[in-house]
Amino acid sequence: MKRFASFADNVLPWLTLATMIAALAMVFLYVPNERVQGLVQRIFYFHLPSAWNTFLGFFIVAGASASYLWQGSRFADLLAQAAAEVGMVFCTIVLVTGSIWARPIWGVWWTWDPRLTMVVVLWTIYAAYLLLRHLAGDTEQIARYAAVLGIVGVLDIPLLHIAVRLWRGIHPKVDKMAPEMMWTLLVCTAAFLCLFTWMLWLRLRNLSLREEIVALRRQALATT
Amino acid sequence: MLALLWKDLLLEFRTKERISSLFVLSLLIVLVFVFALSPQQIRGPEIEAALLWVTLVFAGMLSLQRAFLLEQERGCFSGLLLTPIEPGTLFLAKMLSNVLFLLLVEVIVAPLSLAFFGVPFTRSLIVLPVGLLLGTVGFSALGTLFAAIAVRTRAREVLLPVMLLPLLVPLLIAAVKVTSAVLTGEDWTGVWFRVLLSFDIIFVVTGWLIFSQVVRE
Repeated sequence: MKRFASFADNVLPWLTLATMIAALAMVFLYVPNERVQGLVQRIFYFHLPSAWNTFLGFFIVAGASASYLWQGSRFADLLAQAAAEVGMVFCTIVLVTGSIWARPIWGVWWTWDPRLTMVVVLWTIYAAYLLLRHLAGDTEQIARYAAVLGIVGVLDIPLLHIAVRLWRGIHPKVDKMAPEMMWTLLVCTAAFLCLFTWMLWLRLRNLSLREEIVALRRQALATT
Repeated sequence: MLALLWKDLLLEFRTKERISSLFVLSLLIVLVFVFALSPQQIRGPEIEAALLWVTLVFAGMLSLQRAFLLEQERGCFSGLLLTPIEPGTLFLAKMLSNVLFLLLVEVIVAPLSLAFFGVPFTRSLIVLPVGLLLGTVGFSALGTLFAAIAVRTRAREVLLPVMLLPLLVPLLIAAVKVTSAVLTGEDWTGVWFRVLLSFDIIFVVTGWLIFSQVVRE
């Protein structure tokens, strides 16, 4: 943990910066235009990594929630909360970038394609999780409820997948990519993964500092 | 478990609060749809199936809000937890009582709603309850779990639908598909029926397993 902390504080910001600059350069300067879709397709290099981050956030929420329910460590609870918040950000990015792409390609801002439906429902599950956290207060009981919601939410993903898959889909499937595109996607994914980890770390530290302040204040009040 | 179920039913029969309010509310929702959509223009079994489920979900939400309210207010729930009853059993009893209440309302409201929208339903009258029952079981399973959570939080009126509706989406898609297949007279035992059935099982088992974490004090 100590070693990860020093890595996250000293190396990760610069790593994120470097990969992000490389990703931007590759997206705008290096990778060739897609033959059919043209310029617009370049948004895909931000869209797909964000989508992966959304799911990653979800699974971290579920894993941390399960660990909190079974072992009751405060750290797992904070991790779940931080992951939900960061995941929400990326989920929003997925929806926005997808919408920008869909307008010129599909001709509409929004359509009820299975994956779109799925991401928007995931967004509402995230929103419900964060609302529960914010509206209901910050007690141990609420933390446990949030953990239950996090676990059931992730159980819901495969069901959602089945249900929306049975509709018909028009989402583009990537089967063959030029090597330049492959590399760009890879660098973008690395950049977004770094960004995700860094944001998660900042939020996590922020939350635990707040926790500490509350504890110190309580102590101070008790002694005076 | 039967004793717990009996307790809920007895409470309800003595007061008839929940059933009567549920019944009036769902009837009003149906009426709102009638005025908003003017059945002369819009009709068809598919729309009717969707309307029926929207009605049931909102009425069901009200029913769930009340499911734990009485016990929570009087501190009776802590008493129940002190008895050597498994939390899972408690969950099943609560879920079943909720299913029964909703079914009682559905038996009256569903034919009324079909009649208001001019959907021929004589053929489907026997199988329609099957579709409704399956949907209601899944709804109550997930609903009971989150009602138990929402009732112990501050913003409980908002939080229950906010938490429950997104998670219900897959179940509702399946329930509407099965109901609409029943109403159009198609084969309703197809893939959606199996999907609905498996969702029910998953939700009931999840609730049964995780309920102990919710009520732990």
